[in-house]
Amino acid sequence: MQKIGVFICWCGSNIAATVDVVRVAEEIKREPGVVYSADYQYMCSENGQQLIKNAIKEYGLTGIVIGSCSPRMHEATFRKAAESVGLNPYMVEVANLREQVSWIHKDKEEATEKALILVRTAIAKVRLNAPLKEGESPVVKRALVIGGGIAGIQAALDIAEAGYPVDIVEKNATIGGRMAQLDKTFPTLDCSACILTPKMVDCAQNEKIDILSYSEIEEVKGYVGNFSVKIRKKARYVDETKCTGCKICMTKCPSKKGLDEFNMNLKTRTAIHIPFAQAIPNVAVIDPEQCLKLKTGKCGICQKFCGAGAIDYTMKDSFIERQYGAIVVATGFKPIDLTAFNEYGYADNKDVVTSLELERLMNAAGPTNGVLLRPSDMTHPKVITFIQCVGSRDVSGCGKPYCSKICCMYTAKHAMLIREKYPDTEVHVFYIDVRTPGKNYDEFYRRAVEQYNVDYIKGMVGKVYNENGKLMVQGSDLLNNEQIVIPSDLVVLATAIEPEPSVRKIATLLTASIDTNNFLNESHPKLRPVESPTAGVYLAGVCQGPKDIPETVSQASACAAKVIGLLAKDKLKTNPCVASSNEMMCNGCSQCANVCAYGAITYVDKEFRLGGGKTEIRRVASVNPAVCQGCGACTVTCPSGAMDLSGFSSKQIMSEVEAICKK
Amino acid sequence: MQEVNNFTPNIVAFCCNWCSYAGADLAGSSRLSYPANVKIIRVPCSCRVNPMFVLKAFQQGADGVILCGCHPGDCHYVTGNYYTRRRMSLLFSFLNYMGIEKERTRVEWVSAAEGAKFSEVMNDFVAKVTALGENKRLQDLRVKEE
Repeated sequence: MQKIGVFICWCGSNIAATVDVVRVAEEIKREPGVVYSADYQYMCSENGQQLIKNAIKEYGLTGIVIGSCSPRMHEATFRKAAESVGLNPYMVEVANLREQVSWIHKDKEEATEKALILVRTAIAKVRLNAPLKEGESPVVKRALVIGGGIAGIQAALDIAEAGYPVDIVEKNATIGGRMAQLDKTFPTLDCSACILTPKMVDCAQNEKIDILSYSEIEEVKGYVGNFSVKIRKKARYVDETKCTGCKICMTKCPSKKGLDEFNMNLKTRTAIHIPFAQAIPNVAVIDPEQCLKLKTGKCGICQKFCGAGAIDYTMKDSFIERQYGAIVVATGFKPIDLTAFNEYGYADNKDVVTSLELERLMNAAGPTNGVLLRPSDMTHPKVITFIQCVGSRDVSGCGKPYCSKICCMYTAKHAMLIREKYPDTEVHVFYIDVRTPGKNYDEFYRRAVEQYNVDYIKGMVGKVYNENGKLMVQGSDLLNNEQIVIPSDLVVLATAIEPEPSVRKIATLLTASIDTNNFLNESHPKLRPVESPTAGVYLAGVCQGPKDIPETVSQASACAAKVIGLLAKDKLKTNPCVASSNEMMCNGCSQCANVCAYGAITYVDKEFRLGGGKTEIRRVASVNPAVCQGCGACTVTCPSGAMDLSGFSSKQIMSEVEAICKK
Repeated sequence: MQEVNNFTPNIVAFCCNWCSYAGADLAGSSRLSYPANVKIIRVPCSCRVNPMFVLKAFQQGADGVILCGCHPGDCHYVTGNYYTRRRMSLLFSFLNYMGIEKERTRVEWVSAAEGAKFSEVMNDFVAKVTALGENKRLQDLRVKEE
């Protein structure tokens, strides 16, 4: 018979205000097997843990139940406390009295009754707990960074700095990401390329960093410390080791009508191209959709002119497989599609542009060489109207319910830069709220208003329509309580951002959880903000939630610190809650192996004694505990009931069901 | 509805550790209430729920059983929730045949970010089961005598 101790936490008033914790601790004493029960203000505190430790020693407890916050919060704390005084950490169960009781129920009687049932359920389970021992698995000392934007670059540089090899897998032909497309950055107005490109070069020159550009993640196997990743290197039709980046191919290529993605399709490019001047690697790529040779078989001009002999039209996608200890996801964002926003006339008017398009129109390396010209007739716009929150904070279903966070600041930046460079331009900004939290951010916005006289109008825009070549922006001015129409030459939409769509596939491959807006979930919103709930996977940049460059860089460095901490270990402890088969009951039918997503189950021939000196050799299932992740799929599939899961055994769950249903 | 509103059903909810249990935690920390007669059992994955557990619950006097897991495609264990979906649709139609109304059994996908959905699902489920009244079909009468 187990000697069980029960510890009911008040959590200050979080639990105690709604649950009669003293009564719970008192009544639970009468449960069979319970030899000690206590309540305390904060079980997780030093004193609370000491109380638990003392009780374990004094009463020789063999199992303990803590009635406290969610086990996702402090289970590890209590397990550690138990272990420190010699109790197996897996003899600890947590009854969730805060998230599942006190925080959601108001009636004290009802909440106390439920708390009693939950504690009894945990007692029923802990009675059947068995001590478990963690295994060990080695750590592969190499990290993978998915995405080569500023987040991925920063994470890779920091990890490499600590001496660990890192691979950056970037789906585009160059690293740099969105930041490479920007003109200036707020709130300092320094040139984006000037601060980004040295970091790109650092990546290329760092011998610990391997840049796999134009590549995608194809398959991920394994677990923390030991991921095996298959990477598809897409055929770029140019040999990376030979191409010198001389660009002669680009001057000769006859297929010049491709849309230049880097310039937000505002410019055309040749089929063979280097995305931008400072691309890393500085190697050309052929767009197979556009290349005459690849489409029709006729042409081959670039091959003729390439002095390095780098062009290879027969190139095929190739695959490489590598092992990693940790993975950083830094897949970034894209502006949302605006087809659902007819009212702004984006599809019909060339002079209605997104903010990212404006970045290119203002960039010296952009389609207009940095001179602000409107796309329709290449004239200087005299009146420019910005519309904020296009698709952000939109609960109608067309856009995104969240705030994209960066738009207020970059719109202030755009307005300011335009007024600085072209003082005769009239600039209006329609806003719902101006949100400028951040160091020197509000000061920056105030400069736009006070120093540069940008006209901020509180109100939403109803529609934008073309009248005699003027874009009429019709909106409401809430502060003056009137409807206004601003005839404009250029309209800029501060478009909402969303996670880069490829993140969905990556999340699935990594079994990393994702929210309803396709942002990856962090393990804890405050205390574990860069870790995915999937061990060994870390999140940097906008893939986790909207954020600006300083925040992205901080998060990337935080990821790197976490990765370095992981890679510094030689061995990791493995989860002992794994499946095992009862060989006496197993009939070797292989159904369990069929449902195992990890290939953790193999079959072995085993000799069994039948009695009377006879033996029999039977095929039985054998689980590799280092590979098993403990989902329990096999336990339910097994027709003979031979498979069970430690820590969540059928008997334990059955007893929990019984405890809940007991009236 | 009025004549049954004194009845409080007993609901067993199985929640997977990675999505739905975290979703329930989020409902808790966001103070999104649902009835106190929902009691949660934490399992690593919804696919850990053996049909026997569901039968056991009804036998022991539960009035409704709900399983919550990660959304299809988002399973922490890659494919676990697909097994849940198949197993439970088979089990629930069998139970329906046995006289356990299909409103008493449910599988829902609740992600770790869907605290609001968790609360909505539980409120709705409890309301439906309350409307049906006590479940007597599979109850082991010996359980009551004890």
